[in-house]
Amino acid sequence: MFARHVSLIFDGFAYGMLLFVLSVGLSVTLGMMNFVNLAHGSFAMVGGYVTVTLMRNAGWPFFATLPVAFLAAAAMSVVVERLLYRRLYRATELDQSLLTIGIVFVSIAVAAYLFGTIQQPVELPQYLRSRITIGDFSFGVYRLFIIIAALLITALLVLGLDYTRFGAQIRACVDNQRMARGLGLNVDRIFMLTFAIGSGFAGLGGALAIEMVGIDPNFALKYLVFMLIVVAVGGLASIRGAFFTAAALGIIDILSKYHWPKSGAFILYFVMVALLVWRPNGIFARR
Amino acid sequence: MSDIVLHTKGLNKKFGSLVVANNIEISLPRGARYALIGPNGAGKTTLINLMTGMLPADSGHIFLADEDITSLEPHVRVKRGLVRTFQINTLFPNLSALEAVTLAVLERRGNAGNWHRSLPSYGEAIEEAYGILKTLLLGDHCDRPTRQLAYGQQRLLEIALALAARPKVLLLDEPAAGVPKDESGELFKAVAGISSDITVLFIEHDMDVVFRFASRIIVMVSGGILMEGTPAEIAADARVREVYLGTHHV
Amino acid sequence: MADQFKAAIDPQALLREQVRWRWIETIFWLAVLLPFWVTPTYLVLCSQIAIAALFALSLDLIVGYSGLVSLGHAAFFGVGAYAAGLLAKHGWGEPISGLAVAALAATVVGYLTSFIIVRIGQFALIMVTTGLGLLLFELANSAHDITGGDDGLQGIRMWPVFNYFRFDLYGYTAYAYSLAVLFVCFLVLRRLINSPFGLSLRGIRENPRRMPAIGAPSRSHIRKIYVISAAVAGLAGGLSAQTTAFVALDALSFQRSAEVLVMLILGGAGRLYGGLIGATIFIVARDQLAGMNPQYWYFWLGLLLIAVIIFLPNGILGGVAQLLSRKGRSS
Repeated sequence: MFARHVSLIFDGFAYGMLLFVLSVGLSVTLGMMNFVNLAHGSFAMVGGYVTVTLMRNAGWPFFATLPVAFLAAAAMSVVVERLLYRRLYRATELDQSLLTIGIVFVSIAVAAYLFGTIQQPVELPQYLRSRITIGDFSFGVYRLFIIIAALLITALLVLGLDYTRFGAQIRACVDNQRMARGLGLNVDRIFMLTFAIGSGFAGLGGALAIEMVGIDPNFALKYLVFMLIVVAVGGLASIRGAFFTAAALGIIDILSKYHWPKSGAFILYFVMVALLVWRPNGIFARR
Repeated sequence: MSDIVLHTKGLNKKFGSLVVANNIEISLPRGARYALIGPNGAGKTTLINLMTGMLPADSGHIFLADEDITSLEPHVRVKRGLVRTFQINTLFPNLSALEAVTLAVLERRGNAGNWHRSLPSYGEAIEEAYGILKTLLLGDHCDRPTRQLAYGQQRLLEIALALAARPKVLLLDEPAAGVPKDESGELFKAVAGISSDITVLFIEHDMDVVFRFASRIIVMVSGGILMEGTPAEIAADARVREVYLGTHHV
Repeated sequence: MADQFKAAIDPQALLREQVRWRWIETIFWLAVLLPFWVTPTYLVLCSQIAIAALFALSLDLIVGYSGLVSLGHAAFFGVGAYAAGLLAKHGWGEPISGLAVAALAATVVGYLTSFIIVRIGQFALIMVTTGLGLLLFELANSAHDITGGDDGLQGIRMWPVFNYFRFDLYGYTAYAYSLAVLFVCFLVLRRLINSPFGLSLRGIRENPRRMPAIGAPSRSHIRKIYVISAAVAGLAGGLSAQTTAFVALDALSFQRSAEVLVMLILGGAGRLYGGLIGATIFIVARDQLAGMNPQYWYFWLGLLLIAVIIFLPNGILGGVAQLLSRKGRSS
């Protein structure tokens, strides 16, 4: 029983780490640009399908596709941002939500057209699909990989934000856009780059998600909710908040599906609503 | 013997290590015309936010006449007679001036919750609103949306909204902010014309206006009150000169 | 100045002018009767339109007039639908009282959630309304013994309206019934919009910060309109259950919430008739494209949404209003 729970928590944590990679970009861009980008899941989907295509049609190895997934999602986000998003930076949350929902719908339809509606499996190398057994406990290697990857990314982000010049510029824009502009920072360009990087991580997350939860056209909407939960509850532009919320989310989801399989995601949504009511700015929010 | 209509005791507020209000004690007697001056960032608008309840204080008390209003919500304080205007126009862009002031009148009268009678049937409230607009010379274009009004007219509308609430104490946050000198005559007429039953505290940077309208001046610096006195006393004080008037055109 | 030549302004008359019934409204309400004679084979579709219009109207109260966001309004529609459906399924098929029960159920849910709604800002509102909608969806899904889950609620048998008008296969009764409910609600809500309460809602929309400063109890206003909106959405849901004798699980889905929002924005929010027009166009378009693969429907829907937000952010009625005012100014 104990071993079962350790294994469940491990799985939940891994799931949470996946959600973290998927959501961290949204947290930063939402906190910085104040732009409600509900299409974040679509960028994740782009990454996932890029990986599927490269692996199946071009025979690429899994790890090689990851940077491409990142870049493809990043590139797509730049296009969408330049063409559509920047017209609505001053618009209401409602208009931004609706625009990005429109993009989600379009992306779902395009994905269905190009790839069909069923989940697309990929053939990962054998060592990634095996399990490691230590005494009573057994852990999936792939989940371990996701956890390590997420921790590396967290370290990268935290160090990058705290110790690089670009990181400082990003933090300035998050804190006070007007002041940053007044100091001569090219806020426009910083937005675009940050947005690209954030969407890139979403794409990476989408690629990583294939083995764990599968990819199909509804991915964009299905996981959007979880991404929004991570961002809203974790607090905007808070990497720490996103990390802990994602981890908690993953663990709660896995545990509640095990103990109360019939209630599905009910517990999760309930906890989310309750938390948001208690702390509308997110648990870890600075303000 | 004048009675005190607004009184704060030991009002404190800080954001992290930044103290924006340090043990503020202010007493406003009935009918007074007090000016609140001080350099940018002194905490003048913050003080108004604290008094009106838009910003919760860390500690201290606020009294309106004899009533402790410290724990009352902002809209309840307005109902008790403590009303403010905003330094930056905080108006209703797509409502006409007439609609905006009528709304304020209806809220005051407690009619704003009525959904079964049509708006035009509230003749008294509408006439009252129109009357206020006329005294502020806004009557002619009262059915144009607020966003189409000139900036100076919008500043007047700020005051009209406040007057519609029938204030006992009126806190004006830089009423003439952004209004060029040659257009501010109407605005000052409006301020001067405020009934002497109403107690007024106004924040202002223009010293001409301050010395013309204020019977007493409070000087704030870095969240605290530096001194309080008559215009003559303030003008003569070396500390005030140094902190504020020295860098300002008198 | 030439003041003495200006006519004295009658402020009451100015306001009366804004709220008076316009002849074009009469034309609209006469036109909606046409399907009975002109397109009698489409009456079922027309009643769907009327129901969607009522739903969109309910959303307009909080989105268009109060300036709030809701991505979970299908929750109230669904609650009303299930309430009316379950009542009829378990033996009481009287339509009007069924509607009352639907509205009541939605009102209760609306009342409880209204306390949450007033405490949070716009972004959290998006999240919380989405979350509440999803919550109810999951609840209905897992209670499939009661709701029928994925298969939907079936076995609804309605009695005749007023004990006389049977629900027929062609939809005569359904359309007349839905239209009547829509019209009555419309009249009531039109009065509400043009009342002092309506003005205070617009005040909240235009500047939520200013409202407390003029003594307005914004929270209490918002709670009130939220509950009213929930009740009307519940009525629409109840109508849907009664006229189609079926309640699908996706009545509560996020997609439904998004779709009704699209209808409203398409027609123009905050313009009373926007939701009605948007619903009409949306449902007719969807019906015409019904042969289309549902995936492709979402493609066009998404594209439409993007186009409307970019080019016609105030919807069709907003665009028309802009055109008219421009013509008025140049003539």
